[in-house]
Amino acid sequence: MTGHAERAARFAADEPRAHWHDQALWFVRLKRDRMAAAVPEWEALRERAAAVKAHARARLADYLEQFEREATRRGLRVHWARDADEHNAVVHRILSERGVTRVVKSKSMLTEECHLNPYLQARGIEVVDTDLGERIVQLAGEPPSHIVLPAIHKKKEEIGELFHRTLGTAAGASDPTYLTQAARAHLREKFLAAQAGLTGVNFAIAETGGIVVCTNEGNADMGTHLPPLHVACMGVEKIVPRLADLSVFLRLLARSATGQPVTTYTTHFHAPRPGGELHVVIVDNGRSRLLAEEEFRGALACIRCGACMNTCPVFRRSGGYSYAWTIPGPIGSVLAPGRDPAAHGSLPFASSLCGSCDAVCPVKIPLHDQLLARRREVVRAGGQPLAKRLAMRAGAWVLGHRALYELAGRLARLALRRLPRALLYGRWNAWGRQRELPAAPAESFRDAWRRARGGGRG
Amino acid sequence: MKVALFVPCYVDQLHPQVAHATVRVLERLGVEVVFPEEQTCCGQPMANAGFAADAAPLARHFLEVFGGFDHVVAPSGSCVSMVRNHYGAFLSGAPGFDRLRRGTFELCEFLTDVLKVGELPGRYPHKVGLHQSCHGLRELGLGSPSERMEPRFSKVGLLLSRLQGIELVSLSRPDECCGFGGTFAVAEEAVSCLMGRDRIADHLAAGAEVVTGTDVSCLMHLDGLARRTRLPLRFRHVAELLAEATA
Amino acid sequence: MGSREEILAALRRAAPPDPGLPSEPVRGTPYADLALQLGEAVQAVGGAFQRVPDAAALREAVAALAARLEARRVVSRVPEAGAGTAGEAGPADVADPHELEGVDLAVVPGRFAVAENGAVWVAGEDLGHRAVFVIAQHLALVVPAAEIVNDLHEAYARIRFDGPGFGLFVAGPSKTADIEQALVIGAHGARSCTVFLVG
Repeated sequence: MTGHAERAARFAADEPRAHWHDQALWFVRLKRDRMAAAVPEWEALRERAAAVKAHARARLADYLEQFEREATRRGLRVHWARDADEHNAVVHRILSERGVTRVVKSKSMLTEECHLNPYLQARGIEVVDTDLGERIVQLAGEPPSHIVLPAIHKKKEEIGELFHRTLGTAAGASDPTYLTQAARAHLREKFLAAQAGLTGVNFAIAETGGIVVCTNEGNADMGTHLPPLHVACMGVEKIVPRLADLSVFLRLLARSATGQPVTTYTTHFHAPRPGGELHVVIVDNGRSRLLAEEEFRGALACIRCGACMNTCPVFRRSGGYSYAWTIPGPIGSVLAPGRDPAAHGSLPFASSLCGSCDAVCPVKIPLHDQLLARRREVVRAGGQPLAKRLAMRAGAWVLGHRALYELAGRLARLALRRLPRALLYGRWNAWGRQRELPAAPAESFRDAWRRARGGGRG
Repeated sequence: MKVALFVPCYVDQLHPQVAHATVRVLERLGVEVVFPEEQTCCGQPMANAGFAADAAPLARHFLEVFGGFDHVVAPSGSCVSMVRNHYGAFLSGAPGFDRLRRGTFELCEFLTDVLKVGELPGRYPHKVGLHQSCHGLRELGLGSPSERMEPRFSKVGLLLSRLQGIELVSLSRPDECCGFGGTFAVAEEAVSCLMGRDRIADHLAAGAEVVTGTDVSCLMHLDGLARRTRLPLRFRHVAELLAEATA
Repeated sequence: MGSREEILAALRRAAPPDPGLPSEPVRGTPYADLALQLGEAVQAVGGAFQRVPDAAALREAVAALAARLEARRVVSRVPEAGAGTAGEAGPADVADPHELEGVDLAVVPGRFAVAENGAVWVAGEDLGHRAVFVIAQHLALVVPAAEIVNDLHEAYARIRFDGPGFGLFVAGPSKTADIEQALVIGAHGARSCTVFLVG
């Protein structure tokens, strides 16, 4: 079965492109560093954000009920969906009951997770993604490769070619400003013609019954203030207890995501627009199961900033598609195996465990501990190849017995010193494909120590 | 002061000069070094690959071997982090474990935090790139990782910077992972090697002649890549560098 | 059992122990000169910043901005800034927000501005149609000089949703960097955003 390693190898094989991808995301990481450094209380904000999320997790049901009560009082209509299918059905029912056939959507990873677009399209509803990056990948027939920068894997020339084909831009044009303006004109028509706007939810406030949606482009605002119908989809974990808690999360979110002090538009919906309707669909889809997992529930704190992807040295050089799941990178590698261990068992191993993700995470999810815990889970479930299992068992057994360890060491050194290069660097040797093996010494440290100091037992 | 030397298995077998250098550095500072010969491996290769059940006996063995010492020192941030940060899963509550955990140090932090060495009298007239190995940096706190917004420090960098004649080069990415990552180095060979070559390029661009660090594993990976393409870069574990500088 | 009850029951079953909600207020780091910091922050998010002493100067500055932008259709929600284009209905007066398409400049009041990030709080009740701030080609925000807070912590201490239940922070013009991380101003919303600080 192909896993992350094989897909990553294909991406990395085009080394100039892998480097270009790496540089593009490292640039975002550096912007994040500059922005975070400008906030003296940065680390305290992270602590606070983590604490608020930990509390909200413990009281999720209460806060969701409070949210529903307050939201309903304000004229929002709240729906509940156990899973992706129910979510899609609920959204479709809201749209179809009102005869909606043209929908504009702003970015929502939840609707990606539920595969809402194909569901609605199959039922005769046009869904236009309006975030520029999402529109690019939609026109290309691809999923997003990054949760904040959906088209980060595409070069401007490729986008120019795509827009030439689909939007009729000038052949060979690849200037980002020109292409963005072409998309603006194209999407403005869609906004003006839309009968409903779909959005995600960045935060839902239990105390006030409102939702907050953040964008830089203004696409969520264009999409929701013109048509009379707004449908907002949120996972259960999006709840924050109080309005004032937003200050902490909003100070962290955009700085962590794109290195901006705040998103351009941070829109607070606490009522439908006059004469309009605002529906909120609250979705579980595996989140209550994740909440039950002690080692992994912390991942529910994720505010989808994408900082762990930008900082991950593996993601930057393997691309979002190498993860083969809606949410890639370190957080995706923690979440995906919880959904389907067989399909996503390779993801926890797509990490050097460098810990940069933990250190950058604005809500302090212990990502690399969780990746390690997911590895243990995969191993326990027998999800590793027999050869590796046997090697680990044998290795541990040898290392557990000093005499065997010393013998194995001696043999290994002898092999390294004596075996012909052709044999040492055979196909079996993944280390040696691009790397030299260490020059093995004749004598181990312990042999030398024994010789010189005569068994200096401790 | 007496110190039990913990020599990680791959150092013992493949890079004994690093362990010898560690002994020299410690003995020059008047420390009595003992080497408990029953030691083998801390179990990190298994633990990091997710094979906790295979790592557990090695952790128990480690406690048996080193449990009687006030101070255990190793020339490896990663293996020390295994003991300090990951042994709890296997040894929590075991007699002597807390003492072991508190008493186990990476060489440089032992020098700066326990021996309170401010400055080593030595000379190393070279341009040196410091590779900050991830587990030492982010798990042991040998320095401030670039992600965190806190006062900048580096215990290893400080020790090195006080050697005469040394020039520590500044890297464009001061603490990016080299891509070794244990089994990751072979399981994700393509990305691992790309990461390593990028680190090497950063050190070369910064003008480094020598790359040093706290972990032989990272250096072995980088050295393997550099030697394959015959790049003009030497790799020295920080113990070797300190031993040579203070000779 | 319906989905709602099922989800709530599952979340209750899975709930970990509650570590408690941190209650001490979070404080940022105050700025020495709020207006100066605000000006820098607005520019950092791609906006323009202009301080004017009084309503008369504001009217002049807005007129000059409209002239510079060659704005033919201007709507104003700030009476002191001057009416909209002569004969043009304000946003509250059009029946359907779609009719706001083609507005070149919208002048909108901000309740207060945030020094740390250049964001201006716009309250729904000040807008007429919500769409006006985003559908207009250009946006001018008018904020009294006395109404600057240090940071979002202070900002949220001021925000209430008792009225029409809508409000937002606007920080600079609409922007995107979705093509090769190249910053492009004017994605879907306003192509420029000028913050006038009055007083």
